[in-house]
Amino acid sequence: MASAFEYAPAPESRSVVDIAPSYGLFIDGEFTDAADGQVFKTVSPSSEEVLSEVARAGTADVDRAVQAARRAFEKWSALPGSERAKYLFRIARIIQERSRELAVLETLDNGKPIKETRDADLPLVAAHFFYYAGWADKLDHAGYGANPRPLGVAGQIIPWNFPLLMLAWKIAPALATGNTVVLKPAETTPLSALFFADICRQAGLPKGVVNILTGYGDAGSALVEHPDVNKIAFTGSTAVGKAIARQIAGTGKKATLELGGKGANIVFDDAPVDQAVEGIVTGIFFNQGQVCCAGSRLLVQESIEDELLDSLKRRLSTLRLGDPLDKNTDIGAINSQEQLSRITALVETGEAEGADRWSAPCELPSAGYWFAPTLFTGVTQAHTVARDEIFGPVLSVLSFRTPDEAVAKANNSQYGLSAGIWTEKGSRILAVANKLRAGVVWANTFNKFDPTSPFGGYKESGFGREGGRHGLEGYLDV
Amino acid sequence: MSERSDRLSVFKTYKLYVGGKFPRSESGRVYEVTDSKGKWLANAPQSSRKDARDAVVAARKAFGGWSGATAYNRGQILYRIAEMLEGRRDQFVREVAEAEGLSKSKAAAVVDAAVDRWVWYAGWTDKIAQIVGGANPVAGPFFNLSTPEPTGVVTVLAPQESSFLGLVSVLAPVIAAGNTAVVVASAESPLPALSLGEVLATSDLPGGVVNILSGRTAEIAAPLASHQDVNGIDLTGADAELAKELEIAAADNLKRVSRPQAVDGDGDWSTDPGTRRLTAFLETKTVWHPTGALGASGSSY
Repeated sequence: MASAFEYAPAPESRSVVDIAPSYGLFIDGEFTDAADGQVFKTVSPSSEEVLSEVARAGTADVDRAVQAARRAFEKWSALPGSERAKYLFRIARIIQERSRELAVLETLDNGKPIKETRDADLPLVAAHFFYYAGWADKLDHAGYGANPRPLGVAGQIIPWNFPLLMLAWKIAPALATGNTVVLKPAETTPLSALFFADICRQAGLPKGVVNILTGYGDAGSALVEHPDVNKIAFTGSTAVGKAIARQIAGTGKKATLELGGKGANIVFDDAPVDQAVEGIVTGIFFNQGQVCCAGSRLLVQESIEDELLDSLKRRLSTLRLGDPLDKNTDIGAINSQEQLSRITALVETGEAEGADRWSAPCELPSAGYWFAPTLFTGVTQAHTVARDEIFGPVLSVLSFRTPDEAVAKANNSQYGLSAGIWTEKGSRILAVANKLRAGVVWANTFNKFDPTSPFGGYKESGFGREGGRHGLEGYLDV
Repeated sequence: MSERSDRLSVFKTYKLYVGGKFPRSESGRVYEVTDSKGKWLANAPQSSRKDARDAVVAARKAFGGWSGATAYNRGQILYRIAEMLEGRRDQFVREVAEAEGLSKSKAAAVVDAAVDRWVWYAGWTDKIAQIVGGANPVAGPFFNLSTPEPTGVVTVLAPQESSFLGLVSVLAPVIAAGNTAVVVASAESPLPALSLGEVLATSDLPGGVVNILSGRTAEIAAPLASHQDVNGIDLTGADAELAKELEIAAADNLKRVSRPQAVDGDGDWSTDPGTRRLTAFLETKTVWHPTGALGASGSSY
């Protein structure tokens, strides 16, 4: 579609962030090389430019980090809650101060648009620390009995789709409750966690309370295995989540697993179409669809299917794909070649199985990892693209006739993380929400997050909740 | 720069804090404030009934914005107050030491506790609803949710003895909950309270959310207790006789009354404040909404 207005480039300045050529592991308050000297490179997915070289943690480094966290635990957990609170408030404030720097860094390392890191990720990161800071001296009031105790050392493994936000979701409640942590960021997005280590330094956080291990799945697995780790918090794929559940069987380790999803976004015939279209776009194209709670299945009432799809395609044709640092960019890069290959393969499967593919007409940059916003129509519940999590900008469209049918189709999934409902009728929202087997249900909105609001899945989307008062439980011996 | 002993210092004119501004009493009156040994410290404004009414107008005007702000935003601002107070620590240590006849180290402990109290309540703004509110499992097809909301304009009679930590301990929970406040400072030791106005004015707190009056407690409290546009009154700073009188006056429009507590009288404000002062000026709103029915089938999974 010809665009009526051309946009001049409006790039956010990179000069606000200073990336060092190499980084070590952050253990016991110091940056240190891996014991075996291994390193790996992290690239910008929008250009394939090497951003930095970081240490690759091995088993010996995991052991060092866990020991440091264990040594720090006694003092940290014995601090009055009000003192732990003030450390976390400091961290929250420093994140606010450095948020533009961190937003640019995150966009460089992850590939998502600056609009999102600046307006969604970073404000939520700061707010999460601010919220849990306030809990540190109020645990007696949290509904878990008097003086609830921390678990000890928490091993935390986070994904690449919201690197710093997932770090905040993990570290803030862990520290507020008096645990110490060893956190492993994803191998494709190690940088913001390393910058967070510097924020811990600025905040004067006692050494060993937060340890950051950059590395691959083998380091994550060693962390899960380590006998002196008391808690595993993992966000990532359902396959790895199941492997972790098996690994910790028979140990005393407590776990929180936040895994995959195949969220149903249900649009009834009385929904305001324009708002619903915006919600569908937010639901599946926010962060290039690399969101565990994405609304990746559109369930639309049959009577409005054609009208809605026309509007949706028109809207998708106006999305701007390109330089993630450009302030007008809507769709950034896919995080890695590996993820791009997975998306491509699943889309090919969708076509091979007979679903109809439509992709927004947009030019893809020559370097980097890109995928145009795509939707499938003619999808049945048996199709792979209706069942498997694609974790990319790909929407599968199904239709329904009655609310009952919508609920049955929405719940026909191994997953149960999120769902959306679009209708003007309040009682229908609540009736449908009651029947949905999903941990988060958005009505007439989508992909909303707040530190006070618990998040987590039903079924194979994992267990435990992060955020809110409920998020404390996973880090308390209760 | 070394301090020259022959340099004449500049005195501060202590003024009220009303509607974000620093007016003198409209009555033009002041009264002498002395330290514990009787040494003159300053002249404080002696507020009148008119000053009290002006403060209520300012508090009412600020209520919509403050109660409508997000809990997160209120928390940020309360934390900012702690930051600003920490920066003026030396000033308050001196003022509290003079006001309460404390050693410098004891006064410092009092000021530190006051800073930490702002931090404590900063953390409560977005949590109190999660403690005292929630979904109610009514026996019928209804969504039913109870949420706390601020009462409105609250008069706070600050404790007479603990001129600063006591003041912060009664004021912070009132505004943390989303109310706006008219505070009557300790009559004998109003200076730390009046200086707090300067901290509040530089903390992103909207004008009128907190209004601070100094003067004779009974004279100012009486019109506030009977004021029809005041929704609640904390009687901490009133003695038993005055408290009863004010409680009777407050009954005219059924103000929410927080009576002086036995524990307050001990003068030990350093203990865990709990949530009593937060919930004292909260209303509970319960919203019902039908959930409709999808028929018997639904999903069993």
